Amino acid sequence: MTNTVRVYALETKFEFLKQFRRPAYAIATLGIPLMFYAFFGLMSGLHNNGISLATYLLATYGTFGVVGAALFGFGVSVSMERGARWLLLKRASPMPPLAYFIAKIIAATTFSALVVGLLFAMGVLFGGVHLATLTWLELGSALVLGALPFCAIGLALGYLISPNSAVAIINLINLPMSFMSGLWLPINELPPAVQHIAPFLPAYHLGQLALGTLGAATSPQPWYDHVLILLAFTSAALTVAAIAYRRDEGETYG
Amino acid sequence: MLDLVPVRLAGVGKVYPGGIAAVRDLSLTVAPGQTLALLGPNGAGKTTTIRMMLGLAAPSTGVVRVFGRDPRDSAARVRIGTMLQSAEMPGTLTVREHITLFSSYYPAPLAVDDVIQLAALEGLANRLAQRLSGGQRQRLAFALAICGDPDLLVLDEPTSGLDIESRVMLWERVRVLAARGKSIVITTHYLAEADALADRIAFIARGSIVADGTPAEIKARAGTRELEAAYLALTKTSALEAVS
Repeated sequence: MTNTVRVYALETKFEFLKQFRRPAYAIATLGIPLMFYAFFGLMSGLHNNGISLATYLLATYGTFGVVGAALFGFGVSVSMERGARWLLLKRASPMPPLAYFIAKIIAATTFSALVVGLLFAMGVLFGGVHLATLTWLELGSALVLGALPFCAIGLALGYLISPNSAVAIINLINLPMSFMSGLWLPINELPPAVQHIAPFLPAYHLGQLALGTLGAATSPQPWYDHVLILLAFTSAALTVAAIAYRRDEGETYG
Repeated sequence: MLDLVPVRLAGVGKVYPGGIAAVRDLSLTVAPGQTLALLGPNGAGKTTTIRMMLGLAAPSTGVVRVFGRDPRDSAARVRIGTMLQSAEMPGTLTVREHITLFSSYYPAPLAVDDVIQLAALEGLANRLAQRLSGGQRQRLAFALAICGDPDLLVLDEPTSGLDIESRVMLWERVRVLAARGKSIVITTHYLAEADALADRIAFIARGSIVADGTPAEIKARAGTRELEAAYLALTKTSALEAVS
C-alpha cells in the first residue's frame, strides 16, 4: 500500500519536473498569459461590466493560462510519449496504469495553480485589483478546477495527433478558441458573429464561470449551466480518448 | 514447478486484423538462467513474439506464460525487465531520476547506486537523459530493465544503431547479469552478438522457428563454421519450404 502511494508520488513529482524543465512548456504556459495580461490588462484604466478591466481580465487570462497548461501538459506529452514508445515501455512495466494519468492531472493542475497565482500577484501589485478574500478563493478554485475538463480534452488530442505536429495543432486550437471565447478581449467587444460562436467553445464556459465569481459574467445562463456544459465536454473528450486508447491497444493487443 | 519456467510459448499464433499471420504455431521454452537469442529477418515475427511475451499483444491461438502466469498479471510483470526497440525516454529527467522512478514500480528493487554501476553509468547520475550519447542512453534503458532486479530480461534489439565500443560495453553488462543467473531473451540483427552472448539460438522465419539449439549445434546442422552462413542457409530453406 505504501509502495503504491510512493509510485503515485514519484510519478507526479517527476512528471512535474519533466515538464517544468522543458522551456517550450514552461515559457508557453507561464510566460504568454502573464505577458498578455500585462499588455491588455494592466495598461488601461478602463472598465467593463462594472469592474475594472484589470480585474475583469484577471478572470479571463486566468482561464487562458489554465486552458493552455492543461491542453499542452496533456496533449503534447501524451502524444510525444506515445510516439517515442515510452508509453509502451511503461505499459510493459509493473507501473499501475492509472499512475501515469493521475500524475499528469496533478502536474497540469499544479501548473494551473502556478499561473493563476502569478497572475493574481500581478493584478494586485500592478493592476490595483482589490477583491474580498472569499472572492479570491472562489475565483482561484473555479480556475484551478477548471483545468480538469481541459486535461480530458488534452488527453483526447494526445491520442489523436502525431507527436511532430502536436504543438502546432494545439496552438491552432487553443489560440483561436481563447480569442473567440472572450479570454483576450471582453466578449462584448467582439463582433456579433464571434459572440454567437463562443457558447460552442469549452473555454467560453470556464471564462463565464470565472467572471461569475466577480459578478461580471456576460452570459445570462446560471453558473451551473456552465458547469454542466463543461462536464459534457469532459465526457465527450474522455469517450474519444477511451476509443483511441482501445485502438492503440488493438494495434498491439487485438 | 511451472512458475519456475521463465517463458513458455505453446502453439502460439498471432493473426493481425487484415489476416496477416505474423506468428504461426510457435512453441518455445526458456529455461531458468538461459540466454536465448532470437534471430530472423525483418518481418519474421520477432517483435510480435516479444510483445506477446511482455503482455503487450494477445496471442490469437496458443498459450503464453511467464513464470506460469499470464504476462499481464502484475505478479508476472514484477519479474520482467525489458528494453524495447527504439523506445526513447523523456529527455528532461536525469539518469538517477529515471532509475528512481522505474525502481518504485518493483517490490524489491536494487539500490539505485548499484544499478548505476551495473549499467556503467558512473559519473552520469545527474545528467539529463537528453544530454547522453546514444550508447549512454541505451545503457540507461538497460538500467531501467534491470533496476527492479527481475528474474527475466527481455531485450529487443538492445544494440541496434550503436557503435562497436558501445555495443561491446553493453554485451559486457548483459554477461554480468547472465552470470547472476538471470534468464535473458534477446533479439538482434547482429549474429556476432548472438554468438557472443547466447547459450541458445532460435532462428525465426515467416513466423515459425526454423532452427533452435546452441550456436555450435546450429552451425553443425547447417554444415558451416559461420553463424552467418548457417543463418542464410536455414532461413532460406524455410522460405523455399513455405513456397512448395
